Amino acid sequence: MPPKRKPKLAVWKFSSCDGCQLSLLDCEDELLAVASHVEIAYFLEATRAVTKGPYDISLVEGSITTPHDAERIHQVRRQSRTLITIGACATAGGIQALRNFRDVRQFISAVYANPKYIETLNKSTPIADHVFVDFELRGCPVSKYQLVEVVNAFLNGRKPNTPSYAVCVECKRRGITCGLVAHGPTCLGPVTQAGCNALCPSYHRGCFGCFGPKETPNTSSLAGSWIGLGVREDELVRLFRGFNAYAEAFRKESEAHEK
Amino acid sequence: MKSKTVKIDALARVEGEGGLTVKIAGGNVTDVKFTLYEPPRFFEAFLRGRLYAEAPDITARICGICPVAYQMSSVHAMEHAFGVTVDGPLRALRRLLYCGEWIESHALHVYLLHAPDFLGYEDALRMAKDHGPVVRQALTLKKIGNDIVTLIGGREIHPINVRVGGFYRLPTKQELQGLVERLKWAVDASLQMVTFTAQLPFPDFERDYEFVSLRHEKEYPFNEGRIVSNKGLNITVPEYEQFFTEEHVAHSTALHSVIRDRGPYLVGPLARFNLNFDLLTPTAQEAARAAGVVRGVRNPFKSIIVRSVETLYACEEALRIIKAYEPPERPFVDIEPRVGVGYGATEAPRGMLYHRYTLNDAGLIQDAKIVPPTSQNQKTIEQDLREFVPPRIALSPKKLTWQCEQAVRNYDPCISCSTHFLRLQFDR
Repeated sequence: MPPKRKPKLAVWKFSSCDGCQLSLLDCEDELLAVASHVEIAYFLEATRAVTKGPYDISLVEGSITTPHDAERIHQVRRQSRTLITIGACATAGGIQALRNFRDVRQFISAVYANPKYIETLNKSTPIADHVFVDFELRGCPVSKYQLVEVVNAFLNGRKPNTPSYAVCVECKRRGITCGLVAHGPTCLGPVTQAGCNALCPSYHRGCFGCFGPKETPNTSSLAGSWIGLGVREDELVRLFRGFNAYAEAFRKESEAHEK
Repeated sequence: MKSKTVKIDALARVEGEGGLTVKIAGGNVTDVKFTLYEPPRFFEAFLRGRLYAEAPDITARICGICPVAYQMSSVHAMEHAFGVTVDGPLRALRRLLYCGEWIESHALHVYLLHAPDFLGYEDALRMAKDHGPVVRQALTLKKIGNDIVTLIGGREIHPINVRVGGFYRLPTKQELQGLVERLKWAVDASLQMVTFTAQLPFPDFERDYEFVSLRHEKEYPFNEGRIVSNKGLNITVPEYEQFFTEEHVAHSTALHSVIRDRGPYLVGPLARFNLNFDLLTPTAQEAARAAGVVRGVRNPFKSIIVRSVETLYACEEALRIIKAYEPPERPFVDIEPRVGVGYGATEAPRGMLYHRYTLNDAGLIQDAKIVPPTSQNQKTIEQDLREFVPPRIALSPKKLTWQCEQAVRNYDPCISCSTHFLRLQFDR
């Protein structure tokens, strides 16, 4: 019997900080094991060797912000059996989606002396706005444990075990005193998806929404409570406008308070 | 007349997106372009209107490889604007956090990104087949760096525990103690790292650089100091923009930095080492001498040895800080926003990182300027290639291309970092 072919893994970068793909190299204990089960066929941050597609699994980091990238993502999709987006940029547009709320031309002249050199889209958009995505892994950055879990799940043809409930559940499970009650109101935990193991509350600060909106988030109820507790509207807008500012639930809530 | 072009559309084993074009005609290099085409992300623009307290979390997202550097430069700039000094154990903890990032980033670059070039492997995983113990040791060392960042910062990428004025939560003595045995192992491992890198084959190449780094009177520089160079520069951080300027060129989405009226300069491990050799620990100085690098080293390929020496230093410094640590009463000092301008420069693994913020009385950012190390090194990288390529023109295109890549990787370029990204049109 011929030996079974190793599945081919590709890692693609769009507009991002590189942190989510670095998570893969940060799996110090698992890296060599993962590499023995898959062929790393395209991963520029790690290797100059490139194997041609098609690829069994493509991990896509970053958002779409240029006309060129809006084309390139279709090429990536065509070569990929399974396409998984990793991180807040790829799933929600990332921090660079803050441009979506303003006129990007003002941004360009604020940073560059010669705006005519610049080619950029008006909006930073998630990958799923452009092509079909098989699975979206949340986080800014992603959790490396969830990353290994998702790759493992797809390699074995099962559903990834990643929760869609709120950070609050993790907080309660760890027995952390509720910061919303004890320290001050501005914690996004009740509307943010779990995955960080309630990291910020365990460090005595409120959640700031790295993993984006949870399933069925009641943002307006949370915002209403904040206002009742004295949070100003402009603070509220900033809170919802972080690394997942353009995720629908957070976007709508911030827009509702912007006037 | 023979003419050829070395063209790398997408450089591998660097952070972010960049390419390289070297044009050769009649035995001369006629053009070199280190092209950064990473899409623009406009951090300086959308920082306007954000609260001072958000700067460390937002600017961290400029770079997933060196988020601590962004957090440190931003908190120092804010504290400078508000007239606050953070010292004692809080200052030491910041230094410890930085040690973690240096260890993690240097181990990543030396072993996983750069060493494969010297040994002729396309990546570290292929290198691991012949050099398994070396790669496994590298991963363990990298993990120790990451564990320091995780303990103090909360997680290794985009830490959450840094705030203007200090930290949200302090580590206990006991928690830090847990790192001691592993750091002792790391000191030995990084000593071996110095020996390992010293034995690599180095191309014969030197240039007369202007090295620029921070210089502190008592410590190898992380968080503070004056900005100095080997050619007489000696200024305070707020004077930076009087002496340095940025140019916007068509082939790069990152602005090019130069010293006014003087030209390109070099930041990073080589610069720090040459300007601060006397401040390394005796063990690190000794290891450097034994490895054949001394103050004045000018071969950029030997930056791989210097990174190893700095890793050793960071491990020893981390041990020293942990030993002396007594938790302060409070995790942070209070901040009262006021109108002003704040300046901060710290030493990211890749070199000096400068931040400047203008703030209003409510602590909202009115204007921001960020100059990352890679944009400062761009011109120097191009000049290196102008001199590196001519004696090697006879090499096969494949070999020459690989050697050019290796020469760029000397700088551990972090293209995602260079902030001022735009995408440009260029001839293909």
